[in-house]
Amino acid sequence: MAFSTRATNRRHSRATFEYHTINQKTQIEKGEDKDMKPMKAILMAAVMSVATFAALPASAQDPGPAAYAKALSGKRILMVPMAMGFDLAQGWAAILKREVGAFGGVFETRDPNWSVEAGAQALTEAISSDQKPDVLIVMSPDLNSYSKLLKRAQKAGIYVLLIDNPANFNADAYLGSDWTELGRLEAEAVVKGCGENSSKKIGLVQGDEVNATSLFQYAGIMDVLSKHPDFEVVAKPDSNWDATTSRNVTTTMLQQHPDICGIIDFWDGDATGASAAIRDAGKQDQVFLVTTGGGEKTADCDKIEDGTYGAVVMTELAQESYNMVTIIKYLLQSGQPAGTSSPYIYTLLRATTKADLRPDSCWDLKALQAMAN
Amino acid sequence: MGEDPWTFLRTLNQERIVLVVAVLIFGVAALGLPGFLTAANLIAIVRSIAVLGILALGMAVVIIGRGIDLSMVAVMAMSVAWYLQLLGDGMADQAALALVLGGVLAIGFMQGFLVAYADVPAIFVTLAGGSFVFGYVRSQLIPSDAVPVPDGHWVEVMGGLRYLGVPIEVYIFAALSGAVFLFLRFTKWGRYVFYAGDNPVAARNIGIPVRPMLVLRYVLSALTAFAAGLLTAASLHSINTRVVNSTLLYDIVLVAVIGGIGLSGGKGGVRNVLVGAALIGLMLNAMTIMDIPLLYQNLIKSTILLFAIIVDGLLNPRDEQTAQQGDI
Repeated sequence: MAFSTRATNRRHSRATFEYHTINQKTQIEKGEDKDMKPMKAILMAAVMSVATFAALPASAQDPGPAAYAKALSGKRILMVPMAMGFDLAQGWAAILKREVGAFGGVFETRDPNWSVEAGAQALTEAISSDQKPDVLIVMSPDLNSYSKLLKRAQKAGIYVLLIDNPANFNADAYLGSDWTELGRLEAEAVVKGCGENSSKKIGLVQGDEVNATSLFQYAGIMDVLSKHPDFEVVAKPDSNWDATTSRNVTTTMLQQHPDICGIIDFWDGDATGASAAIRDAGKQDQVFLVTTGGGEKTADCDKIEDGTYGAVVMTELAQESYNMVTIIKYLLQSGQPAGTSSPYIYTLLRATTKADLRPDSCWDLKALQAMAN
Repeated sequence: MGEDPWTFLRTLNQERIVLVVAVLIFGVAALGLPGFLTAANLIAIVRSIAVLGILALGMAVVIIGRGIDLSMVAVMAMSVAWYLQLLGDGMADQAALALVLGGVLAIGFMQGFLVAYADVPAIFVTLAGGSFVFGYVRSQLIPSDAVPVPDGHWVEVMGGLRYLGVPIEVYIFAALSGAVFLFLRFTKWGRYVFYAGDNPVAARNIGIPVRPMLVLRYVLSALTAFAAGLLTAASLHSINTRVVNSTLLYDIVLVAVIGGIGLSGGKGGVRNVLVGAALIGLMLNAMTIMDIPLLYQNLIKSTILLFAIIVDGLLNPRDEQTAQQGDI
């Protein structure tokens, strides 16, 4: 598709050249008729057409592919997520692997497996290795842990992209969710899910107290709830992103406040625990559970379908990954030193409920991985 | 009356101190926290520590025999994740269960063998064993952290079982507690665990099969871990191997040690596990009701652990002769 378009363009530009040449000739012929400077005119025309024709083959050659290949081929892209074992990371990796391979780059991942230290070690090794990566894609476990390391990476000339989790560091781009907005969407979903005639009591199952995603999500939720003063947050325990803890705290929450109408769990990775507690309490019809996730089919859409989750605020994984690809291509061709600018490239977020669930609301990890291999 | 107060203090061993603390927390929570003293909440407390308690039972048997099993959480999560993955891939239930059980037994046996016959300290064997189990299963056998229970599978059905409004985990915890109690107290091999833990050399000299029994204990703890994993999956309808990175392992040791099972071996029993589990369960529940942030919860939990260990050190000083060898 792309090739045929490019070919058409080239044909088109050649046609334009021919048109100009003919025009020039016509003008020259007219000039010959009117005044008596034929030699000069012919000479000029000859020079011009020679120049035009000589330039023609060179101009017709699109300078793009060569520049593109020069800037991109052989470039090393290294992704260090918090772990490789969860849906989002696997989705990003599948798309990046295919795209980076397509421009002749080398794509690698490191799996710190949720360990901050292992992640720091992977980054340190990458920065000081002989074959430095050209672009580091990092999912930071919290606001501060990697800040110094990432600054060092930029000093070493490595572009650093922060994904999904914001950090106190001026990355060459942040790509991922606006977590405050995400919290707002969750709160709006739970307010709607509870309805006007409910108890208007809401419980939160937060993640932890260091991760930006948890902190900003909370801020967003509170922002919306301040506009609905009749709604009240009755409890806000932390799950530490662990499903069993989420279940235990939700069980306690439901016992303390049996009339809760909605719960927001801060991640679908542990919301299985909150949903188990709701199920155990026999309150599936009463409690509207909202969570957020990467939009993987089995993790999110299937559970919206069967009523486990009332609403899930989902990230458009493919779009987010292609945003990364675009930024990588841009940075590698920009020639700008690492750390020049730090734009925020937020991915569109949507709260999906059973009512607006579509076949393409989610992506299928198995299918994506099959496509990448 | 007229007793030396020091003698009274001496009777306050760690188990009793913890029991007193637990009762105090219970009393204060019952009076001060609305909704604490309800049947539903008390059931929820027991349930919340059922899996932890089951793991602690397995750990207790190992610790009493003067060992430690740091691979329990890895075995728990990875065996069940593998099992569910096999089912998800379409393997017949019996075949999958047999295969996984075989794997669990093998890892318990291997670890026991290395500790008993190769004389490698248990702490290293099981630390490495846990990492191996996690790394191997995670990289070779399952594609992602979370593995769901297939729809309608017996594990899922088990999670919904209630009898008299009490979840199945509570009964299983009770049954296993009873079984371990009977094993340790009334069987010959159970008594041997104490002898071997108290003084392995003497135990061996009087003809106790110290080494085969060591192997047996690690096999038992691996099986316990598998059972605990199945219960976790039953409740959550999935298992997330991320739990291996959590503080669960420390919580297991905490429950055993805080209840008064000395790390130097030869001491303790099921009662200690129950007391330790009760304290942790009550504490967590009360802190959750009070909405204490997680960071403070960890601080409070660890302070109590430190307190218990210091008290243990003061009241039950280590025996110089036995503390030399096989100590962890």
